[in-house]
Amino acid sequence: MRENLARAFGLANTEWFRRAQLPKSYTDLLGRKLFLFLLTLQGLAAFALITLGVILRKFRTARNVIGPSIRREIARAGVALLPMFFFVALALGFLVVGQTVSALARVGATEYLGSTMVIVVVRELGPLLAAMLVLARVGTAHVIELGTARAMGEVEALEALGIDPVHYLIVPRAIGMAVGVFSLTVYLIIGALVSGYLFAFLQDVPLTPGDYVKQIAGALGWLDFVLLALKTIAFGFFIAIVTCYHGLARPLRLEDVSLVAVRAVSQGVIVCVLIDALFILLYLVT
Amino acid sequence: MNEPENTAVIEMRDASVGAMRDIRFIVLEEVNWSVARGEFWVVAGQQHSGKSDFLKMTAGLMAPVRGDCRLFGAETRTFDESKLAERLRVGFVFAGGQLFNHLTLRENVALPLEYHRGLPPDEVARAVQTLLELLELAPLAEVTPANVSGNWRQRAALARALMLKPELLLLDNPLAGLSPRHQHWWLRFLDRLWRGHDWCGGRPMTLVVTTEDLRPWRNETRKFALLRDKKFFPLGAWNDVASANDPVVKELMAATVELTS
Repeated sequence: MRENLARAFGLANTEWFRRAQLPKSYTDLLGRKLFLFLLTLQGLAAFALITLGVILRKFRTARNVIGPSIRREIARAGVALLPMFFFVALALGFLVVGQTVSALARVGATEYLGSTMVIVVVRELGPLLAAMLVLARVGTAHVIELGTARAMGEVEALEALGIDPVHYLIVPRAIGMAVGVFSLTVYLIIGALVSGYLFAFLQDVPLTPGDYVKQIAGALGWLDFVLLALKTIAFGFFIAIVTCYHGLARPLRLEDVSLVAVRAVSQGVIVCVLIDALFILLYLVT
Repeated sequence: MNEPENTAVIEMRDASVGAMRDIRFIVLEEVNWSVARGEFWVVAGQQHSGKSDFLKMTAGLMAPVRGDCRLFGAETRTFDESKLAERLRVGFVFAGGQLFNHLTLRENVALPLEYHRGLPPDEVARAVQTLLELLELAPLAEVTPANVSGNWRQRAALARALMLKPELLLLDNPLAGLSPRHQHWWLRFLDRLWRGHDWCGGRPMTLVVTTEDLRPWRNETRKFALLRDKKFFPLGAWNDVASANDPVVKELMAATVELTS
């Protein structure tokens, strides 16, 4: 059984297998998809562990080079996206929060406002939306940059200079993205809650700012803060892992870069949803 | 370093070389080769004869598929971080340079020094400036690789490889695509490195270059080898090359090039 599985994996891990003709039956299709999914999962898990290992092992190595790189990545995955996030926060507040507030007020259920806001904005929509936007804006750039660097032989050049490509190329991106998604989520949540109240205020909803803040603060527990931080850091880290894995982990030709970028974004979305599901389970358990 | 003085700089025993793109595809088999300190080797071969893969394996960028390859006595199969000291004794100039496109030429050259030595910025800047001036790159220092010609890109790649003052320099087809003036500069400069350049404290450097054209490398003091039909053939000195009856050698010396319409 194990031998058969290993043989099947060996077969599945070839370009021939990936580019093989369309399967003739649904079971073939399902089998191939399953193998590819497992292979990708295995590759991503290994890549994530390697990156974590390098972060811990080389914490003090070449800080004069890696430190500025991390700052650049934080600026790119965080500060540079702030204008867009303020716009999205405004839109989210107007479209979702404001309408929820006014709907609850119409049925006289304003006492549920705090918990509704915390569930919708703080736990779910804020982190997921921030992750998706960072994936679209920065993750795609990662795949293209690293894929091109790989295809142009820059990764080999790093190895020839005795520089660990994971340390030089991946660690700053992973840390930058984790910090970026966390910070942007905080801004997005605050912006959405404030603009949502403004929208409700314009609709003459009978709710004072003090009551609004009190309800939200009352619905927030310490676990929300801890899990929000963990979740957003996980989103950022794994988006960086998925995008960098596809850009860097396998030998690429220049013409493959665009295809890989599309694949990385789709898998980035799937990974974020899976992480979100994991945290929902955590919320339910705790 | 603690190895005995007579340790070969490069030593291969029955080494098989896989292609970088797909390691299962063998480009060279059973290579037996030894390079002593201070030698200057020219490894010639036609296009797709496996020169680049051979040189990359020599540098420890990939392991031999079979057999054994050693650099300064250290096996390259396990050329991981524990052997970083050995790796830093090797400089590698890729065909076409393979510079980092997001960095300027100055940053490209400075990177190995900043990463490995952790020197204060002004000390790094001084060393980089000296090397840039030595290689006549100072006027182009703030330009990114995409905005300079191939001649200067290749020279910047040499500067980057020399930054850590290696003992062994591997150059993959360094003269390809260069103008005659630049080719002349390279030949002179490599000769100076081989004899012992001030930049490396006057220590003679071991050099290995690959080429598709033997003519510019004509020199009695150099050693020559040929890659053909997945085999490595040591040819000896220039006299042996010139008297060789091998059609591939003659073609690489451009002696029997036939033009067909």
